[in-house]
Amino acid sequence: MLKKIIFQFLALSLIFTYSAQSAESGGMPQLNPEFWISQIFWLVLTFGLLFIILSKFILPKISNNLETRKSQILENIETADKQREETEKKVKEFDKIINDTKVEAKNFFNSERQKVLDDINNKRLSLEKDIEKEIIKAEEEIDQLKKTSQEKVTKIAIETSSDLIKQLIGEDINKSSLSAIVEDLSKKEMEKHNGI
Amino acid sequence: MAANPMYQFNVYRIGPEIKINNIDISFTNASLFMVISSLAILIIFNLGTKKSIIPNKIQLLAELSYSFISKMISDTAGSKAKPYFSFIFSLFMFVLFCNMFGMIPYSFTVTSHIIVTFVLAAFIFVGVTIIGFIKHGLGYLKLFVPSGVPMVLLPLIVVIEIISYLSRPISLSVRLFANMMAGHTMMKVFGGFVVSLGIVGGWLPLGFSVALTGLEILVAFLQAYVFAILTCIYLNDALNLHH
Repeated sequence: MLKKIIFQFLALSLIFTYSAQSAESGGMPQLNPEFWISQIFWLVLTFGLLFIILSKFILPKISNNLETRKSQILENIETADKQREETEKKVKEFDKIINDTKVEAKNFFNSERQKVLDDINNKRLSLEKDIEKEIIKAEEEIDQLKKTSQEKVTKIAIETSSDLIKQLIGEDINKSSLSAIVEDLSKKEMEKHNGI
Repeated sequence: MAANPMYQFNVYRIGPEIKINNIDISFTNASLFMVISSLAILIIFNLGTKKSIIPNKIQLLAELSYSFISKMISDTAGSKAKPYFSFIFSLFMFVLFCNMFGMIPYSFTVTSHIIVTFVLAAFIFVGVTIIGFIKHGLGYLKLFVPSGVPMVLLPLIVVIEIISYLSRPISLSVRLFANMMAGHTMMKVFGGFVVSLGIVGGWLPLGFSVALTGLEILVAFLQAYVFAILTCIYLNDALNLHH
């Protein structure tokens, strides 16, 4: 039932469309020369005006805009490049300065160290000299003392021995014979002491 | 609207009849759409001339179309064709906008009329021929004698070349006109089917209609592009004589 209705509807509508089309068909309106001149006239007018306005006013502006943008971008790139190069240069300079200062610091440190070492050395040398001098002096003193002590000891020995003899015997003895004896003894002692 | 698919191409008078020396130049719907297209182009591209380093949308559109056509011309016709840039730009934009305005329902497609496309094509043909003769003098006739052709075939080839050269305006105009007319007729026919098949069977032609609309927008752009690029190729023949 539904199929039949649809089919009838389709057939009817197709017939309707066909009849409507055939009733109105008058060929292609494009081939009707009634308005050809008018169309040509208006085409020439509108397209001509469009062409003139576009080519005289609008397109130069657009191309100008494009050119300026291009040149500006190129300029910007150029300045950016320049600035980058400058920065690289500056960085190099900076590195160089740092290196130089490092070397300088090292040199300074080394030279100062050398100076200090030299100073210490000098002082030590002079000190050693002083000490040597002092030692020599002391040795001389000792030598002197040795010499004088010998005489003093002999003298003391003579006096004490003369005193002793005086108390023992109650009589003075010739000093010269006493001193000869003491000298002889002390010589012997000295020889013993010195290991000769 | 009438159901006749050709009805949409009818030209009718808008306003009073204007006659100069018995020649009818009345303002018609075709004239109206020519004016609308031209005005739209002028307005859009005038808005696109704002001077700013970062372009806004309309400016970007204008500048992209500028470089698009500029590249098309330099690719096909070389750097010698630079003086003709504004003509080709206007031509492309005019045809494109007329085609696109024709896609609006109940509007009129200017380029679906053979007389309009033929006048454009004939103007291009005459212009290119004149440019060719100015640039190369009578040497331009060498265009009809391709190099490296055997002497026996030469008479035949020359005749073929002349016929193909003379048929350029016809092929150029008929290509645009037939494409636009066929597309719009087809859309109208499918639209008619939608109405006549009604709510039950109308969905299929409706789908076709939608698909065809997309196709027709593509065709509208493509035909404008083809029209412009063929103009460039003809110009290239006139400017750089290869034969």
